Amino acid sequence: MTTYIQPDQNGQFGQFGGRFVPETLMQAVLELQEAYEEAQKDPAFHELLEHYLKDYIGRENPLYFAENLTKHTGGAKIYLKREDLNHTGAHKINNTIGQSLLAVRMGKKKIVAETGAGQHGVATATVCALLNLDCVIFMGEEDIRRQQLNVFRMELLGAKVISVTHGSGTLKDAVNEAMRYWVSNVEDTHYIIGSVLGPHPFPQMVRDFQSVIGKETKQQILDKEQRLPDTIVACIGGGSNAMGMFYPFIEDEEVKLVGVEAAGSGIQTGKHAATLTAGEVGILHGSLMYLLQNEDGQIQEAHSISAGLDYPGVGPEHSFLHETKRVQYTSVTDDEALDALQLMCRKEGIIPALETAHAIHHAVELAKNSPKEEIIVICLSGRGDKDVMTVKSALEERQNG
Amino acid sequence: MGKKQLQQAIEKVVERGNKAFIPYIMAGDPDLSHLKEQLLFLEKAGATAVELGIPFSDPVADGPTIQDAGQRALEGGATVKKLMETLASFREEVSIPIVLMTYINPLFKYGLSHFFKDCQTAGVDGIIIPDVPLEQRPLIEEHMNQTDLALIQLVTLTSPDHRIERLAKASEGFLYAVTVTGITGARSAVSENLESFIYSLKKHSSVPVMAGFGISTPEQVKEISSLGDGVIVGSRIVDLLHQGKREEITQLIEAAVGTPASR
Repeated sequence: MTTYIQPDQNGQFGQFGGRFVPETLMQAVLELQEAYEEAQKDPAFHELLEHYLKDYIGRENPLYFAENLTKHTGGAKIYLKREDLNHTGAHKINNTIGQSLLAVRMGKKKIVAETGAGQHGVATATVCALLNLDCVIFMGEEDIRRQQLNVFRMELLGAKVISVTHGSGTLKDAVNEAMRYWVSNVEDTHYIIGSVLGPHPFPQMVRDFQSVIGKETKQQILDKEQRLPDTIVACIGGGSNAMGMFYPFIEDEEVKLVGVEAAGSGIQTGKHAATLTAGEVGILHGSLMYLLQNEDGQIQEAHSISAGLDYPGVGPEHSFLHETKRVQYTSVTDDEALDALQLMCRKEGIIPALETAHAIHHAVELAKNSPKEEIIVICLSGRGDKDVMTVKSALEERQNG
Repeated sequence: MGKKQLQQAIEKVVERGNKAFIPYIMAGDPDLSHLKEQLLFLEKAGATAVELGIPFSDPVADGPTIQDAGQRALEGGATVKKLMETLASFREEVSIPIVLMTYINPLFKYGLSHFFKDCQTAGVDGIIIPDVPLEQRPLIEEHMNQTDLALIQLVTLTSPDHRIERLAKASEGFLYAVTVTGITGARSAVSENLESFIYSLKKHSSVPVMAGFGISTPEQVKEISSLGDGVIVGSRIVDLLHQGKREEITQLIEAAVGTPASR
């Protein structure tokens, strides 16, 4: 097995990645890279991060054997990595705590972030309250409508939530506005991007902060089963929970890695967010990556029942792993995700996020068709409390229609 | 046509004791059938060259005015291909240089080699790509060889000295001095350290220095153009053109280049 060292010093994963940002931001991303490299070498930084991961976020979280679900499917053993049990209810805070500590180190007092489902926004607002940083969150107006509870949560935590009305009013437009805000306030503001996206060093840095998921999983499965899993499944919007889960396993070639994108109403309908399944290579938000775009290079709107997957791009490292075929990427529709969400509720008493439900559907189908000795791990990236109203209306619509 | 002509057009104005003025308009706002007439108007009003925007769905360096103009242009059916065809059809009738300003993705999708070849055919003199910083220029340059297009570099108030030097050396046609730490759009106040910023650019640059971003009144045009070789005005021009207030556009241009009699 060759050693996997990505990205290169220009922030490229093969042809993907890079730093496609306006000149105003160049100095900031170069300084960030330098500060990050320095922090990585500093034991005190790691110690502080460890402290918050353990005592504030509640890590390590369990790798839980889903016995009922396993019996129900009748095939491979299914384990759940319980990122939903983190403080704030999703994997997002692994990244926001790391980046906010870095911001403090760099002497930045203000934080800007975008959010889709609101999970990253809440995780950002939380660490800003903790570390006494000013916090501005951009959120699409459509997402504000879908995720009112999270909007109030952010405000309760002291963040200013700004509605983005341009474009489709979803995650992509929130990223545009957050970047514009950063361009205008770069001298005292750090941008905490919420996924493995954006200009270098963000995709690398977010992956590194999230890789605590995969590191723990690896140790836990070895303790429980004395071997590595056969397959690991994670959902992908921008791809941060998947990247954090996959990264520590990339050199373990016997472990199959599967990323599940949102197929929305179905790939053939054009209303989906399955960038690697149906997109093309392009450049957006600082990075060369796979994108949903039309024939003139205009970015297309993504569609998914889950606000967190509703993004027309996918991280440069995922784009790279797709091309090298180390990770297999597939997609799951809104309907299938809804079914999987209900199944998880009934069988395990866990309400997963709609994002996560995409991974659950694929893993359950896979388990059904796999022998009992096999082991499948699902990254249970977040809890679904935020989604219950969306699920309710979708189920009602299904009943009536 | 090409980088030399662009540079000379600016230098000629400056040699006469005036300052250069480059208006920005969004190609295809409201649709491409107006483009020829819009360019001829700007030429007649005294514009030194024109910066022509290609609409993009996600313009992260632009404020609301240019975002809206881009939206109108996209709704009006503007594409890179149609713009190239339109420009080629009347280019000889417009004598001032044309600089394209566009984000990288529409070009990347079009095919970079194909795009630069078509630029030559359409008589384009220069190009500004705000989301391709110096570090990413190799991606562009490998497709640019043999074209005579000026690749114009932006330099900002956040660029440190050692970077300013590199940017100034790399820029062709002119050097684009971004006068605010922010996105495009009209502003009431002018940044304080502008004078020393532009002075240091002039020191390092062998091409003219044009200042842009946030300039919207004849007073600002006069004040800021006096520091370097001229100004670029975008959002304000886009607004005025959209509202049909062409006399005010002429006044803005004259604040730099002077009245026809004095030119």
